Amino acid sequence: MLESKLNLDFKLVEEARAHASRVADDTQRFIDGCTTVAVERTICRLLGIDGVDASDVPLPNVVVEHLMDKGALPQGAAFWIGNAMVETGKTPQEIAEAVAKDELELTALPTHSEDEIHAALDPIVQDSLAKIRTRRKRREDFIASHGGEKQGPWIYLIVATGNIYEDVVQATAAARQGADVIAVIRTTGQSLLDYVPYGATTEGFGGTYATQENFRLMREAMDKVGEELGRYIRVCNYCSGLCMPEIAAMGAFEGLDVMLNDALYGILFRDINMQRTLIDQSFSRAINAYAGVVINTGEDNYLTTADAVEEAHTVLASQFLNEAFALRAGLPEEQMGLGHAFEIDPDVENGFLYELAQAEMAREIFPNAPLKYMPPTKFMTGNIFRGHVQDALFNMVTILTNQKIHLLGMMTEAIHTPFLSDRFLAIQNAQYIFRTMHDLGSEIVFKEGGIMQNRAADVLHKATDLLGQIEQLGIFETLERGIFADIKRPRDGGKGLDGVVNKAAGYFNPFLEPMMKGGAGK
Amino acid sequence: MSSGLYQIRDKDLDTTLDLTRLKPYGDTMNDGKVQLSFTLPIKDDDKGAAAAVLMAQKMGLADPNVALRQKLDEAFTFYVVYGSLTHSINYNEIVVQTVADEAMDMHETDEFLKERLGRKLVVVGASTGTDAHTVGIDAIMNRKGFAGHYGLERYEMVEAYNLGSQVPNEEFLRKAAEVHADVLLVSQTVTQKDVHIQNLTELIELAEAEGVREKYIFCCGGARVTHALAKELGYDAGFGAGTYADDVATFCAKELVRRLDK
Repeated sequence: MLESKLNLDFKLVEEARAHASRVADDTQRFIDGCTTVAVERTICRLLGIDGVDASDVPLPNVVVEHLMDKGALPQGAAFWIGNAMVETGKTPQEIAEAVAKDELELTALPTHSEDEIHAALDPIVQDSLAKIRTRRKRREDFIASHGGEKQGPWIYLIVATGNIYEDVVQATAAARQGADVIAVIRTTGQSLLDYVPYGATTEGFGGTYATQENFRLMREAMDKVGEELGRYIRVCNYCSGLCMPEIAAMGAFEGLDVMLNDALYGILFRDINMQRTLIDQSFSRAINAYAGVVINTGEDNYLTTADAVEEAHTVLASQFLNEAFALRAGLPEEQMGLGHAFEIDPDVENGFLYELAQAEMAREIFPNAPLKYMPPTKFMTGNIFRGHVQDALFNMVTILTNQKIHLLGMMTEAIHTPFLSDRFLAIQNAQYIFRTMHDLGSEIVFKEGGIMQNRAADVLHKATDLLGQIEQLGIFETLERGIFADIKRPRDGGKGLDGVVNKAAGYFNPFLEPMMKGGAGK
Repeated sequence: MSSGLYQIRDKDLDTTLDLTRLKPYGDTMNDGKVQLSFTLPIKDDDKGAAAAVLMAQKMGLADPNVALRQKLDEAFTFYVVYGSLTHSINYNEIVVQTVADEAMDMHETDEFLKERLGRKLVVVGASTGTDAHTVGIDAIMNRKGFAGHYGLERYEMVEAYNLGSQVPNEEFLRKAAEVHADVLLVSQTVTQKDVHIQNLTELIELAEAEGVREKYIFCCGGARVTHALAKELGYDAGFGAGTYADDVATFCAKELVRRLDK
């Protein structure tokens, strides 16, 4: 490892990691005992169930609601579908269609032996896993045959027109201008839908619906422009909200590369029930692990509600927790885009030094993680000219500290969703700074005992103390007390708790184990 | 001036400020100078630049100067254009609806409430509907406030409830009744396709249907909200860009006292 520029106390880092690890172990025991409607719908999707019924309800919802009504979900959707396959000889899709037409009652069929059920499901499970492996290999082969992985930061841009076809035009232009990752922002409110809409969509507010067809359209367009440019363009979406694992499965099928996927974000910022999110994130991360998807965690969001100077240690503490949760779902460090953000008030003296210290600290503590770094938003005022300077400072921190997933700041942040020209100017700004300061990071050292070293030591101390406290409290009480982002959430409050059920004896999820073995290639 | 030879300014430019014929100011009174930038969905060539000039002339700019033309993509070009605006407006005729009260600071508002109301002012705030952004409501309500202006939670005489984002209007009104609110603050950040207007209207309609419109002071805020828009939508006040907790607290305190005095 590189010598620490910040002279960090790595004993303390180990201690923090050990606290986080025990918090995750404790939480995992809870997770392992439960399942959710979202997890079961995901299993349906992975078994090949897709499409909608006559009233546009997605078939995975139809099947899971059917089982919920019969009180049969604790056995798991795989059990009932597998049983129906043995009994009827139909495919999962045909079974789902029959359920939708009220022609089949899954719980009324005679029960077959576990061996028979597993034998019926196995070829479908293997097929599905192979499909995801193929998508993953396709990405890896494309990158290998086009000069390998890009060194330096990935330029990450957002499109959000509401119309997938317009998004494709904007994304294509952005890729030609230099974007490495294209994220399609979701329409506001999608995180609270307890289903994933179906098909291509052309209406949305502040973003575009995440649907499997929209994923496919964007991937196809980025493959096309990627061939033209001779480099791979990554596509990003949002594995968050009430459908975390479902979106992960859809992304895995369609070859998405990056997913926003935080263990705590939905609880804090979308008021989703904490039990629900913790269970959902676990399976969603196992899927992302298997598909080779890089996850992005959402610590940057804390700083939009809490102060970036005073609450910096909560960002670090959450990064440790996200790392611990992700490792338990089989996700390797190389796929953990742990998040943070450039959100210190421009009026703070030496604010840039604190930003630089925080970013360097994250780099040194998580050396293998492709860190995700978010641009200023809270203090973007509509003064586009100062905003462009703020974004330039942000770009400097990235190149000086080797951040990986670099979400470009827009000078028109806080005014409108970016114009084509806003994106161009943002890319030009970043490329200029990345070029002109390419090796500056390796040329400079930080003053022994100076402002930056002291700042990092202080943040690390506080984060370690906080993690110690969280270990005592457990994750549930920590969230109830409002330790993250100054937001308090009750254990039984929020949305989606009615979709959490305890597993019954004999429950099984045929995908969890193979996926948790980690990367599909391994 | 002895001779036109030494005249470097436009002879015809009257440099006296006339508010009935107001024009933008670059570096000389009445020069009308403006800067603008825009993208045209055409390729980058001389014909494109000519198109940009024509576009500027149609906007009323004299002597447009295309300072930059920049290819964004095969069929998109970005232009930065300077020119002199030929239009002027009569400033004296403009009437603007504003929140009339001169803003008091936190201590003044606390004192005012102690003396005139004699109890805490109860404020419930939220980003309502599908809006997931809390930045606006947090700037007004969080203790720390924003840009040096303390938020309502820090006021001694304000009991503040910040419900966060994506709060359905029904739930918002329910909470207001539960805590006996005086004031409802609604923040709207997402304005794409005017979703904020729809949402703000719905709250007022719901309040009217439930017969509680007059029971509370309704305020809305957000980057694209103005006082005039707020009034039009049936709110008591609107707070847009550049307003802080001070402005909101002052209005609410004074408005409530005004109502009680009636």
